[in-house]
Amino acid sequence: METLKTEKMKIEATVDNLHEVLAFVDERLEAAECSMKAQMQLDLCVEELFVNIAHYAYTPNKGMAEISMEIDGDRMASVTFEDSGVPYDPLAKVDPDITLSADERPIGGLGIFMVKKNVDDIFYEHKDGKNILTIKKKI
Amino acid sequence: MTFAEDNVIMTINKKLDGTILEIAIEGRLETTTAPELEAVIKESLDGVTELIVNMEKLQYISSAGLRVLLIAQKTMMKQGRMVIRNANDDIQEVFEVTGFADILNIE
Repeated sequence: METLKTEKMKIEATVDNLHEVLAFVDERLEAAECSMKAQMQLDLCVEELFVNIAHYAYTPNKGMAEISMEIDGDRMASVTFEDSGVPYDPLAKVDPDITLSADERPIGGLGIFMVKKNVDDIFYEHKDGKNILTIKKKI
Repeated sequence: MTFAEDNVIMTINKKLDGTILEIAIEGRLETTTAPELEAVIKESLDGVTELIVNMEKLQYISSAGLRVLLIAQKTMMKQGRMVIRNANDDIQEVFEVTGFADILNIE
């Protein structure tokens, strides 16, 4: 088994950079022979979390996001998102009511809920002026 | 296939037959592509009584895509109906996790 190695990328948090972030994550998942399904589920999480930073962390200004990733010997993939924007804990948000009819359903608000449903573990902390959110998923 | 191998991330094909509109979506329906589908839907639904969304070649859908589907569903409920066809298992699972399986007509 390879030794544990954390890889990082630092990138401006804009929606235009989403695919670069996905490529960074997917490259590592593919190298670890992650299943297509787990990869898609992690892509979903990465999209929601990075886009959240791009949309809200620095508005109306721009700022950076740092994404770090590691896959341990038990095939647990961890991806951490850090930004220095407005303190925001997405996990504090109440889950949407998914039993409502189409008429009653508000438009939007599913992103973080989908992240929670697609990972094995997720945690948030605000530390040294940074939002730090980590997801873990067995691949 | 991943998005990185192809510059075209999503393709939309429209086919109007009387008042039945079929929209076939290929590729990835996500943050960067959902606005395009939203625009197509907003400009195409006048007088349409049945909207068929063909997902045979759709590989990926995120919350941004679900948002547009819900907008389309709400619109079509007022003037007819919307049907989702050929969603693959992964997309079907996204519908189930989010409760969309209960509010969309999936064939």
